[in-house]
Amino acid sequence: MANFFHSVTLDKDKCLGCTNCIKRCPTSAIRVQGGKAKILSERCIDCGECIRVCPHHAKQAICDSLDVLKAFEYTVALPAPSLYAQFNHLEDPDIVVEGLLKMGFDDVFEVARAAELVSDATRRIVDSGKIPKPIISSACPTISRLIRIRFPDLIDHLLPLLTPAELAGKLAKEEAVRKTGLPPEKIGVVFISPCPAKASSVIQPVGIEKSHIDAVIAMKDVYRILVGTMKEVGEPRDLSETGRIGISWGSSGGEAAAVLTDNYLAADGIENCIKILSDMEDDKLGDVGFVELNACPAGCVGGVLTVENPYLARVKLKSLRRYLPVSKNRIAGNSVPDSYLWDSSVEFVPVLQLDPDMQIAFEKMNEIDRLTAKFPGLDCGSCGSPSCRALAEDIVRGFSTEEACVFVLKDEMQSIADSLSRLSGIQKGRREAEAHDAGDGKE
Amino acid sequence: MTLNFVVPGDDFTRAGEASGAVKQKMKQLGFPSDVIRKVSIALYEGEINMVIHAGGGQVDVEISQDAIDLVLTDHGPGIADIEQAMQDGFSTAPDHVRDLGFGAGMGLPNMKKYSDEFHLESEVGVGTTVRMRIYNH
Repeated sequence: MANFFHSVTLDKDKCLGCTNCIKRCPTSAIRVQGGKAKILSERCIDCGECIRVCPHHAKQAICDSLDVLKAFEYTVALPAPSLYAQFNHLEDPDIVVEGLLKMGFDDVFEVARAAELVSDATRRIVDSGKIPKPIISSACPTISRLIRIRFPDLIDHLLPLLTPAELAGKLAKEEAVRKTGLPPEKIGVVFISPCPAKASSVIQPVGIEKSHIDAVIAMKDVYRILVGTMKEVGEPRDLSETGRIGISWGSSGGEAAAVLTDNYLAADGIENCIKILSDMEDDKLGDVGFVELNACPAGCVGGVLTVENPYLARVKLKSLRRYLPVSKNRIAGNSVPDSYLWDSSVEFVPVLQLDPDMQIAFEKMNEIDRLTAKFPGLDCGSCGSPSCRALAEDIVRGFSTEEACVFVLKDEMQSIADSLSRLSGIQKGRREAEAHDAGDGKE
Repeated sequence: MTLNFVVPGDDFTRAGEASGAVKQKMKQLGFPSDVIRKVSIALYEGEINMVIHAGGGQVDVEISQDAIDLVLTDHGPGIADIEQAMQDGFSTAPDHVRDLGFGAGMGLPNMKKYSDEFHLESEVGVGTTVRMRIYNH
């Protein structure tokens, strides 16, 4: 089984061991043990729900700091389309590009440009009929990871294309090498990410051997400085090279609409996406041809590293794209370049399976059922597992004990107390009898 | 391993609960995904049928390493002409059900298609019992 790297991590000092995150995790990947949350690495899909919900800010996304710019001779910023949605009254994407240059980047390659190329490639792949329909977008790394651990039947439906960020990284590096003549390792392509999942996928990509991105900076960290440098921009040069389609990728439905078919579906929010995938497994989607799934509410604008309210951000994207041409980037030639495609296969990782031996899996399942019936069914989370059934599973897997359940513990203590009380009653009776006997003797 | 479910006849939104639960268990037990898919679809169609036509019923599932047995029992109106009911596209579903996208006349044919063994017994005025077996290859 592959090792799993995660951008989502825990700051132990801030964690109080409350149950907020374990209850919210869509893959039941968190437990509280010894008073601290613990992420089960193989189950985590980097969705960031725990970051969203933690009232103590103990969950965080590990990204690079702005200092990473110093590690390269030449740097290229790769702003995600959702970045344009973070500012008030932005009428021109050129101002964002200028602001990034003023921040210290040597060049900017908008991810929205690559997104338009991915859209073009997607249309060609949809038309080719080579991928079974409905075709599922592979742009959200959380969704790809979710499919890999939970929906093995749907792996074949994933669009085998680089994500816009990856394609942008690849094209930006090639362009920078041409422009500067520097060796590739001296050029840093730095992705400005709305979410931890995209940061994780740079370390451990799905579908490709190695990422084309050198560093990832959280959008909220760039934002602090960028709002300042953008104010210094006078009349911006004509630098942005994205059309409507590229900008629209920043919120849910943008990617699917760019496939230019009627029978697409776009869902957002991790629980909604799980429902769609589950229905898709059972052939319930009818004649839907393309499925866009975004783990975050409202799409990438809802990522946990963004600043603006996702729904407001969506409105801003809509108004920003208003006078832009539909698309400014197209694939030259008749076919999708091989370099746009995945170069490694995605393998099912059965993390939820109880045991590789089915006989033993049955025995474990029976034991889980027996234990679950014993627990109160309140799913209170006090034991550190997200539900009574999850505790039963944890016990069978050897990670917890029945006494972790406060109700089982209470019953046991009650039973001990009853025994003590009964025993002390017997003792008392005996003493009284003895006293009585002694008294009898005196008389 | 035995699982029993009651399919309520008056609540469309709860149809599919049994197939969802069985699917979840089979995944954890490590069944191949094509076997899970057959069980899931056959059972889902059965649940929907019981809600539309029979006012609900009972689902009994027996999961073993070799095969999955599904028994769906209802005390609905029964099927007068079984041969006709088994034809693709034949349906007696009312319009309000068709408006929801059901009642295409593929329920029983799909149940037969996705199961390896299929038996249907029905008596008008008494009810219907469908027995399906799906082998784990």
